[in-house]
Amino acid sequence: MSKTILTIDDSASVRQMIVLTLSGAGHTVIEAGNGADGYSKAVAQPVDAILTDLNMPVMNGIEFIKKYRQHPASKGVPIIFLTTESDDALKAEAKAAGATGWIVKPFKQDQLVSVIKKVTGA
Amino acid sequence: MSLPDPTETFRQEARELLEQLEAGLLDLERHPSNTDLINSTFRALHTIKGSGAMFGFTDVASFVHEFETAFDRVRKGLSPATPDLIAIALDAKDHVHTLIETPQSAGAEGEAILQRLRALVSGAAVPAATPATAAGPAVASVAVPAPGKRWRLRFTLPKDALLYGTNPLLLLEEIRAIGPCEIKALTDKVPALGDLDPEATYLGWQVDLTADDPAAAIDDVFLFLRDGMDLSLVPLTDEAPAAPAPAATAPLAEAPAAPVKKRAAKAEAQQPAAAAEKSASSSLRVPAERLDELMDRVGELVIAQARLTQIAAQSSDGNLKTIAEELERLSSGLRDTTMGIRMVPIGTLFSRFRRLVHDLSRDLDKEIEFVTTGEETELDKTMIEKLADPLVHLIRNSVDHGLEPAAARVAAGKAPKGTVRLSAVYAGAEVAISVTDDGAGLNAARIRAKAEENGIIAHEAKLTDQELYQLIFAPGFSTAKEITALSGRGVGMDVVKRTIDGLRGTIDLRTRPGEGTTLTLRLPLTLAIIDGMLVRVGNGRYTIPLAAVEECVELPAEAISASRGRNFLDIRGSLVPFVRMRDIFNTAGEPDRYQKVVIVSSGEGRVGLVVDQIIGNYQTVIKQLSKLHAGLKAFSGATILGDGTVALILDTVHLVGMGQAYEDKFKAETTGRAA
Repeated sequence: MSKTILTIDDSASVRQMIVLTLSGAGHTVIEAGNGADGYSKAVAQPVDAILTDLNMPVMNGIEFIKKYRQHPASKGVPIIFLTTESDDALKAEAKAAGATGWIVKPFKQDQLVSVIKKVTGA
Repeated sequence: MSLPDPTETFRQEARELLEQLEAGLLDLERHPSNTDLINSTFRALHTIKGSGAMFGFTDVASFVHEFETAFDRVRKGLSPATPDLIAIALDAKDHVHTLIETPQSAGAEGEAILQRLRALVSGAAVPAATPATAAGPAVASVAVPAPGKRWRLRFTLPKDALLYGTNPLLLLEEIRAIGPCEIKALTDKVPALGDLDPEATYLGWQVDLTADDPAAAIDDVFLFLRDGMDLSLVPLTDEAPAAPAPAATAPLAEAPAAPVKKRAAKAEAQQPAAAAEKSASSSLRVPAERLDELMDRVGELVIAQARLTQIAAQSSDGNLKTIAEELERLSSGLRDTTMGIRMVPIGTLFSRFRRLVHDLSRDLDKEIEFVTTGEETELDKTMIEKLADPLVHLIRNSVDHGLEPAAARVAAGKAPKGTVRLSAVYAGAEVAISVTDDGAGLNAARIRAKAEENGIIAHEAKLTDQELYQLIFAPGFSTAKEITALSGRGVGMDVVKRTIDGLRGTIDLRTRPGEGTTLTLRLPLTLAIIDGMLVRVGNGRYTIPLAAVEECVELPAEAISASRGRNFLDIRGSLVPFVRMRDIFNTAGEPDRYQKVVIVSSGEGRVGLVVDQIIGNYQTVIKQLSKLHAGLKAFSGATILGDGTVALILDTVHLVGMGQAYEDKFKAETTGRAA
């Protein structure tokens, strides 16, 4: 079953890699370049999952998660954040803000697909 | 693919980021304490590291990681952004550029740069773990189990799990993928409706899982959750478990293991250590007569208690009322326990038939699938023993006469393998035991021919198919064209029917030509003491087995005045026939103004019993009627009431049958009129 996934990352190459991987797995991917852009896209249409980087200009990932979780549309939508190291404090902060899970960069394409499957069931 | 090569995109992006980094570093030289500058510089590094690793530039990633670690001290304000530091940082940036653009030309200068950098930022920058060694604390590996061991996993999710996008169903699906499991929801944390936050997660789950060593797999399942949740994984053992290794990640780890330990400790206390393992299934053999005696005593106690309750009800003494209620509770508990002693699961009987079917299958050269369900259904032990012979006969009949030979089955478009199902299920106050085959079904014509030949019916007798089918229960009837070695060994269906009648049960037969036959035995669940509903009709009091009662309604005014023969009630859209108990018992005197209808069911049939008054629920000790009264169809027994008088117990099966007859007659009349 195809899912709509929003990817928020300031790195075009990472976004591109995510688009390639997830559309290859049959999903629809929406892109956003930072948290603020991501927020307006996330509340403008229903999404099945969100992949967000944490370290971004304008609005970082944690701020995005906090703001988005205030919005009723966010209920039950899994948010996966991308993090470079397994920094437990950072993970805890993102989880407290309302994130569902994470992927440690660098990740392989099939890892990404399996994490999406884990949280969306598809 | 229409999209450009991500590697090329990365190079381009990295170039821009490096320029950004360079500009940032140069700005930083002039404004060394500008945190915004420091942060944006740091972010550029971070992005290069993350993307670099993903597109295969591992050298870039590891170098930048070190670079970043050193720089982190600057970001945290531990080291100042001195001109020397900026100079080395610019060297480092150039090195990254080389690594990305022409990696083959990059030499060992990277390590030198890093060393200078580390020395500068107080040298203490601990070489951090490489970014790839991800993953949090792994599940501690658990006491080494034998392969295919059973495990008990218990977990509760954080309260906000659902809201924050964790779908428990998906987690359970993942667990199911690990190995065969039984999943049970733990509802003890669910608050009362008033306190329930509909968006919070209250449920926990207990999963009994069969797997070799599921710790790592389970750790994966809960990867995103294990910090904020309660989770425990303990091996399940049949014997009294040795102290279960507290597994798992979470604080709750040991809690669920505690009851297991306690049970084990108890077992040891009761028995010498050597016998401890078997303590769970320890049993005691007691002669059946002693149980009967116990049952009788309990019956007497229940009657005495009923008298006390009655006296207490008329008294205003609070203490008496309290003790009467207490005694009522105790005696009903004692009754259930005593009766429970006699109850055994029917599975013990079912397992005997497995062998029977296996042997029949070989002897008759028919492939048979034997399916049993409802083994846990409990019946009185004596009844189960009496059922053995009738069931053997029914199963033999199904296999021998019901199932066709493989060739005939294939010709009829069925699977060559025939199926015989044996099932037991509770149905109100009864247990229904069915034997079903997917064979050819009964052949009405052949039954008729046989019945005529044996002189059971006359040639000119007009019988419906249903009536013909019932003939197989007639004495002296045998349908098989030639009596095979297996069926027809003197025990006919008539004997089966007699046995079931003797147990106050009924036999129901359904057959569809070409599709198979189902024989259902319905047997009363209890024999000695039941919960009964006491009703009054005129001056007489009668007891209805409570398990058969579906509901009580008031007889509508129009039904009271309605003419005879139209005795139907509309119960939420379905027609239920009713019988007036006053008519059946020829009760004298005026009926009560407001008549009540007790709807009772048996099998699939329902009937309403019109009574004058519903008195209440009482424990009823069943006393058999004497032989003199054996002909009374409407009663199944009698009981002694609290005041010492006798109340007759209504036979619901018979009364439902009467209702059914009413309904059939009514249908026949209406269709007759229509035609």
